[in-house]
Amino acid sequence: MDNQITLRVDGADTPLTVDTRTSLLDAMRERLGATSAKKGCDHGQCGACTVLLDGRRVNSCLVLAVTAEGQEVTTSDGLATGGTPHALHDAFVDHDAYQCGYCTPGQIASAAGVLAEAARGWPSAVTEDLVADATDLTDAEIRERMSGNLCRCAAYANIVPAVAEVAVEQGVRA
Amino acid sequence: MTATTERAVGSDVRRIDGPAKVRGLAPYAFEHEVDGTAVFVALVQSTAAKGRITSIDTSAAQALTGVLAVLTHENAPRLGDVADEVVVLQSDRVQYVGEPVAAVVAETSEVARDAAARVVVTYDAQTPDVELRTDRDDLYAPEQLMAGFETDSVIGDVDAALAAAPVGVDITYETPNQHNNPIEMHATVARWDGDVLRMWDANQGPHNLVPVITEAFGITEDRLHIVSPYVGGAFGSKAYTHVHQLIAGMAAKVTGRTVKLELTRPQMFTLVGHRTPTIQRLRLGAELDGTLTAISHEVVEHTSQNAEFAEQTATATRLMYAAPARRTTHRLARLDVPAPTIMRAPGETPGMYALESAMDELAVVLGIDPVELRLRNEPDRDPERDVPFSTRNLVACLRQGAERFGWAGRDPRPGVREDGRWLVGTGVAAATYPTRRRPSAARIEAVPGKPYVVSIDASDIGTGAWTALTQIAADALRVPMDRVDLRIGDSRLPKASGAGGSTGITSWGPAIMAAAEQLADRDIPAGGLTVTGEAGPGDEAEQYSSHAFGAHFAEVRVDRDSGEVRVPRMTGVFAAGRIINSTTGRSQFLGGMTMGLSMALHEESVLDRTHGHYANHDLAEYHIAANADVGEMDISWIDEVDDLHNPLGAKGIGEIGIVGSAAAIGNAYWHATGRRVRDLPITPDKYFR
Repeated sequence: MDNQITLRVDGADTPLTVDTRTSLLDAMRERLGATSAKKGCDHGQCGACTVLLDGRRVNSCLVLAVTAEGQEVTTSDGLATGGTPHALHDAFVDHDAYQCGYCTPGQIASAAGVLAEAARGWPSAVTEDLVADATDLTDAEIRERMSGNLCRCAAYANIVPAVAEVAVEQGVRA
Repeated sequence: MTATTERAVGSDVRRIDGPAKVRGLAPYAFEHEVDGTAVFVALVQSTAAKGRITSIDTSAAQALTGVLAVLTHENAPRLGDVADEVVVLQSDRVQYVGEPVAAVVAETSEVARDAAARVVVTYDAQTPDVELRTDRDDLYAPEQLMAGFETDSVIGDVDAALAAAPVGVDITYETPNQHNNPIEMHATVARWDGDVLRMWDANQGPHNLVPVITEAFGITEDRLHIVSPYVGGAFGSKAYTHVHQLIAGMAAKVTGRTVKLELTRPQMFTLVGHRTPTIQRLRLGAELDGTLTAISHEVVEHTSQNAEFAEQTATATRLMYAAPARRTTHRLARLDVPAPTIMRAPGETPGMYALESAMDELAVVLGIDPVELRLRNEPDRDPERDVPFSTRNLVACLRQGAERFGWAGRDPRPGVREDGRWLVGTGVAAATYPTRRRPSAARIEAVPGKPYVVSIDASDIGTGAWTALTQIAADALRVPMDRVDLRIGDSRLPKASGAGGSTGITSWGPAIMAAAEQLADRDIPAGGLTVTGEAGPGDEAEQYSSHAFGAHFAEVRVDRDSGEVRVPRMTGVFAAGRIINSTTGRSQFLGGMTMGLSMALHEESVLDRTHGHYANHDLAEYHIAANADVGEMDISWIDEVDDLHNPLGAKGIGEIGIVGSAAAIGNAYWHATGRRVRDLPITPDKYFR
């Protein structure tokens, strides 16, 4: 069944027609031509489609487009301010935290989510103090929190210092 | 030309495609033609592994609004004379589970998938035969192995030497089916513009696809245009033409539309190849001082009904260590499985896992340090071909690696280091990968006041070719990198070899240098000047044995209560010729080593013996290393320039990193626990066998 909705992706409102079954990821990639978020499995298993939905990271392949109306969708591209890259963009380039680049926008959207979660003190499976006001994003914390984003080129050992650098800048890493 | 004093080659310059990639703006195959006019293809796959289609009912699919066509073997366009493994929708024969038996084209991907699910197919199916065993009576010796290697090699009386050896090991190792699984799934966008077929496709070099696709559609090369500027990983699965590219071409032809065909992740387990499982018997004979007297490496692996893919699993054993008596053999079982293909260092990866595990086991029997055992068996010439190595720095890799890792003083006893619940151990393994080059051509267009346009149908699958080739061109033209405008990944650019076999830099770099040479000392007229250059193999492969070498060191911790295996640190040292870019080069080694870790601990595609399908066909069940699996990775290389092989002095670094990595982890696992796991992957349950 077709539905008329308006999606707000990276600050731009666009009306479009979607099938009830259309995922947010497919709505962006197949209907809006917004291809920053990638499809790597369509099952919520690889994280390549990660975007921020009202600031929280989600696998956009697991979100139905019709449910995303009225929410702010932010892809890696949307993290840039005008022509100015986000600090994570620069850090990933500087640390060569990627090779083919296909999982990278998802990694970066996910990392942006990780930084926000740490600032709010959300614990992970490796957090020792579960009630701390803010989390210190140690290497172990970054590895754990970024493990929902698979990288077959296996740039993990470069992704950790890239995220760590920005975490220091944002005051969520000692 | 403007002279520049700074050399780009050898620097740590960051990827030129990086800023676009991190924002997600570099267009991969599926991301072309986004004006909303494209239609979508969904595949119907065989549930039978072997047999014939007895009926296909497409009426329910065709009744759905938005369905444009349903292709089956009864109505699909006839293809030309292409190899059995890419023939598709041409007959009622089925040769593996997952073989496409119909393709739906629809206005949206949702309707296409819905319709595909409504196609009803019946089969006259036979029980598949998918089990690889060494006692099968139908194992056979292929004519030759992939890349033209001889099937067997025998020097001396190996059995007599093994029998006479004072010390020996006789061990069988097994490696499982594995799948390449680049994160970008294979995708093809296709459109016929009149009689010209255009494709935006994920591959390892557009020219690799031209012969099969032109033959399939009966068109000349000038009527096929394949565009592939960015590719989201490949690891071998995107090297050759597969069935989906031909289906996309057919679907575009039948509908007259731009079609998009993106494989699903489960389809990645049947339609684009896999690494064959192997069963490898290693026998080593040695003197008491560790000098090898005999090496025997016998491999059994599988291939499919529709292709003979004979992986060169034991070929690294032909050159690794000195020994007067030596033998390698390869035998195949032809099973009812999808066609295997190349996967990162096909041959060397499983083969060196076995050889380097056996060397470790021999070191234990001899009571000799495993680094020292390798040093004592270093050959001064290629031991089978009897030619010199162009460069061979395995010894330097082992010594530098031991130093960096802190190997000295290692207690050789297994199972004696405890840290709470964790058992701790360390291991080492050596690595090698052949150095090759292939014919390639490049073009340079020079216009006064503008950047040089350097064109070559090279491919960047994540290797860093965009950047490295720009560096090479800048140095060859003696200009800064921003005076080079590189064009790659397009079949209309000068023909170049594909990205595979770690041959990209050794093949493409010299072609660009040859083109630049044509411009040397020439004035550029106001109207511009275009030159071309070609480069390719000479007689270096006959004169020398050319290979990259490396050494891996790993620390492994095993939880004795759960069997969980962790790898807190690895050291890799490589001797791989001139490193064009130290940033992207390091990433290549890192990626290879980590994929080796993934192979050691996680990766296994499980074939269902009854139904013949890969049971764990997605990324939730086929595990690859995730971020938290990886610890400290220490990577370095030996200063080495191999200018006997090619004018760049490079060796190619895409694959050497994975070779030997799994063996180092397996050897460290033994050192930690005292238990040998000889069938990868080393999953927690195997601790309790």
